Amino acid sequence: MAFNSADIGAFKDIWVFCEQRNGVLMNTDFELISEGRKLADERGSQLVGILLGHNVEGLAKELGGYGADKVIVCDDPQLEVYTTDAYTKVICDAAMDLKPEVILLGASNIGRDLGPRCAARLNTGLTADCTHLDIDMDNYVNFLETSSTLDLSNTKFDMEDVNLKMTRPAFGGHLMATIICPRFRPCMSTVRPGVMKKAPFSQEMADKCVVEAYPVTLTADDLKTEVLDVVKEAKQIVDLIGADVIVSVGRGISKDIQKGIELAGQLADAFGGGVVGGSRVTIDSGWLSADHQVGQTGKTVHPKVYVALGISGAIQHKAGMQDSELIIAVNKDETAPIFEVADYGITGDLFKVVPLMIEALTAARASK
Amino acid sequence: MRIYVCVKQVPDTSGVVAVNPDGTLNRASMQTIINPDDLIAMEQALVLKDATGCQVTAVTMGPPPAEGMLRELLAMGADDAILISAREFGGSDTFATSQIISAAINYVGLGEEDMIFCGRQAIDGDTAQVGPQIAEKLGLPQVSYAAEIVKEGNDVTVKRMLEDGYMKIKVQTPCLITCISDQDSKARYMTLSGINHCYEKPYQVLDFEALKDEPLIELDKIGLKGSPTNIFKSFTPPQKGVGVMLEGADRKTAETLAAELLKKHVI
Amino acid sequence: MDFSLTKEQAMLKKLAAQFAETELEPVAAEVDEAHVFPVDNFKKMAAVGFTGIGVPEQYGGSGGGMLEKVIAVSEFGKKCMASAATLSIHLIAPHAILDYGTEEQKQKYLPRLTKGGELGAFALTEPNAGSDAAGVKTVAIYDEATDEYVINGTKCFISGGSRAEILVVFALTEPELGTKGMSAFIIERDMEGFSSGKVENKMGLAGSETAELIFEDLRVPAANMLGRKGKGFKIAMQALDAARIGVGAQAMGVAEEAIDLSVKYSKERVQFGKPIGTLQGIQWYIADMATKTEAAKTLVYYAAYLADSGQPFTKEAAMCKLNASENARFVTNLAMQIHGGYGYMKDYPLERMYRDAKITEIYEGTSEIHKVVISRAVMK
Repeated sequence: MAFNSADIGAFKDIWVFCEQRNGVLMNTDFELISEGRKLADERGSQLVGILLGHNVEGLAKELGGYGADKVIVCDDPQLEVYTTDAYTKVICDAAMDLKPEVILLGASNIGRDLGPRCAARLNTGLTADCTHLDIDMDNYVNFLETSSTLDLSNTKFDMEDVNLKMTRPAFGGHLMATIICPRFRPCMSTVRPGVMKKAPFSQEMADKCVVEAYPVTLTADDLKTEVLDVVKEAKQIVDLIGADVIVSVGRGISKDIQKGIELAGQLADAFGGGVVGGSRVTIDSGWLSADHQVGQTGKTVHPKVYVALGISGAIQHKAGMQDSELIIAVNKDETAPIFEVADYGITGDLFKVVPLMIEALTAARASK
Repeated sequence: MRIYVCVKQVPDTSGVVAVNPDGTLNRASMQTIINPDDLIAMEQALVLKDATGCQVTAVTMGPPPAEGMLRELLAMGADDAILISAREFGGSDTFATSQIISAAINYVGLGEEDMIFCGRQAIDGDTAQVGPQIAEKLGLPQVSYAAEIVKEGNDVTVKRMLEDGYMKIKVQTPCLITCISDQDSKARYMTLSGINHCYEKPYQVLDFEALKDEPLIELDKIGLKGSPTNIFKSFTPPQKGVGVMLEGADRKTAETLAAELLKKHVI
Repeated sequence: MDFSLTKEQAMLKKLAAQFAETELEPVAAEVDEAHVFPVDNFKKMAAVGFTGIGVPEQYGGSGGGMLEKVIAVSEFGKKCMASAATLSIHLIAPHAILDYGTEEQKQKYLPRLTKGGELGAFALTEPNAGSDAAGVKTVAIYDEATDEYVINGTKCFISGGSRAEILVVFALTEPELGTKGMSAFIIERDMEGFSSGKVENKMGLAGSETAELIFEDLRVPAANMLGRKGKGFKIAMQALDAARIGVGAQAMGVAEEAIDLSVKYSKERVQFGKPIGTLQGIQWYIADMATKTEAAKTLVYYAAYLADSGQPFTKEAAMCKLNASENARFVTNLAMQIHGGYGYMKDYPLERMYRDAKITEIYEGTSEIHKVVISRAVMK
């Protein structure tokens, strides 16, 4: 029978595409399995991971530990390295056969290549970069109450609605939109790494997880691209503009410049990676090279997180960073102008405070 | 050889964005620009044109004002332009949009040596879906996140970026490639001669009548009504309030901060 | 009366603004500090076609006329006055060759000055000939044996003099006739007997290298005379008319930018608990700046319109330059006041704009000589 994505009733279960590279599962997989577990519980259905690769069966149980009831493993030498054609065919063949209601994918460079192709082949809708997912209407209404400025007092919601409600930022993050895919299945969604919370690992659940091999039908003809090489590269340049996290230092590090810069780097790492920046005085004094400068005569940045350590916040500097999404400032002087633009301010000695911040952040991230 | 470059006119979301008193976005406050990734896709196409003399066609789906953007691309060096525009196409999601663009390209003609370049994603929707979906609809191999494209005969070698490195991928034409912009990439300027002649270059408008009978168009899956995904609700996040001065400067302070950041999904 | 730009002119304005923001602005402060001509940027200007404005495409130019020059120069003037000056002054040479050159001269020199990326210069001024152009002493004596002119003399304060590859030079072919004995020549930098002296250390416009030119038995083929013998003074005056509108455009640009910066600053700068832009004093300053600048702009556009439609424009060109340059000084001065201490700091572009604006009242004819030109036209 031909695959009909409009036959809603025939679809069941929540699938999570589990990406692996070089035999290592991506962190997002655990985050999505954790989130998928919640959704499966709301829906009363199964949570299934779908894992593609070669000799990757051993990775499957770990997915169970975060909440997967079952993991479908598609194993084939042609799946060892990601190609659009192979992965799309294998996933779509399985989806057309097993008819999942929902498929979640991590929005990595690969997920964003794979997701749309699959959605087009399955004749269904895909919503990208979701930051929040709900099936249960009560949960969704609660979410709106805490995260939006909408006046919900006069809004009628169909409380029985079980469509996946996928919320995502639009217009560069200035607007949030909740998207639904009411008339087609599977309902597909990609989620950015680090957005969903990873549940605690449970050995018990891992042991209970069912691992099933799924037959792969792939011929060389199916593959229209050839991977010539895969190269790992660390970024060396000071990419202030592209950075999600910037930790900048100012005059406040003068009593131990090297340590100050080191701490800034470590704090950036504690956030999961970032770039060290500097106010004008650090460049003029030769503590940092000019490409680190944030400010009127340096670069204007708007990262997700900007941490200002020992920076007073003169107009020239503020002009360069005040549009950052979240600003944290540490300064000995509680009247320093930087606190006027900071979301969180700490009055104190950065040499004492930053090590404590590094510890606390590292612990918080590990607890996720 | 012909390269179709799919471009989109978008509001400049990185610039000033005003919010109306009722919390909705003031779209009129935003300048419209050519989507940055698409500009790079055009530049990549023009680089190949410089080397091979191929034909470069700018294609967009949008309302009539999108013509201004197409004229700018013609002034940059594109040879001809196509505007796909119809009331029936308005409000399309990525599935519907990719259908319509695929039908248009099919209608105009895609040869064995031809390629389609797209920007990886648009800064308003940020989905990165239209490119791969056009490739699927037209049955073409795709390579996304392309930083470098080299063509030798019908063989195309692409440097395909990953988060921590890249892949070198080989593909044959006809194919679709999505291009990314990064801090080093820069599209060429329009030239003054280009501006002088851009209104003389071939320009066609494809409306509903022109495309409605194309096999690739599923009439019940286009426009606002036909799109598989719909907007259920849209809202603005609460505005950034005044900052918080945390108490003290000790371990507890750091832990409070970390908890806040965790709650906000910052870490 | 249709004041709107054509679609193509609107695109040119957008392009020039993009170019100024992306190429000129980032290095403007550095260029000012180093007092060095940004060669790369000039080459980029040529590649895009700016250096060919007003020259037909058949000669490698970009077409267009005075209004296109005004649009490009004023957009450049917003971000870097030195670059605006460079473009505006460079164009004098190709335009003079276009208006007065033989077909051979046009074919030989125009492509080099447009697509070719070579810099043009206009050399009239001498130590004894500033406002009084009749004070020119450089001579060009005909050598029948070789069909060459031998040029001896010096020029001073020549914009682009240290680098220009192609220069239009004015010399006396018949010294006894005074200005009626002046002729124009197309000189190439690598001709023997040509050298340029030191680059002047100026208050502003540092990126436009101003230098002395020295001609020592400089031999130039008679075929390089531009226009007819004895017509040099007339050619110079006509070239200056067109150049004046360029200066008006420069001055227009710097004034507009100074106002934009002042508006932005007055909204951000908080003193006494509110943005200073809420103070009537500042508001009135800005109203004055905006009104005077709008008037200056309109006069520049009008002069350009007259030139493009083939009507006489000497008086209006002088008026627009006189008016826009005085306005530029007024506006940049007030803009610095509005910015207070920050305006005086080199971190902000204001102090450079203030220094750069001043030259517009002096070069390409002083304000005083312009008043002579205007009164002459009005009182005849």
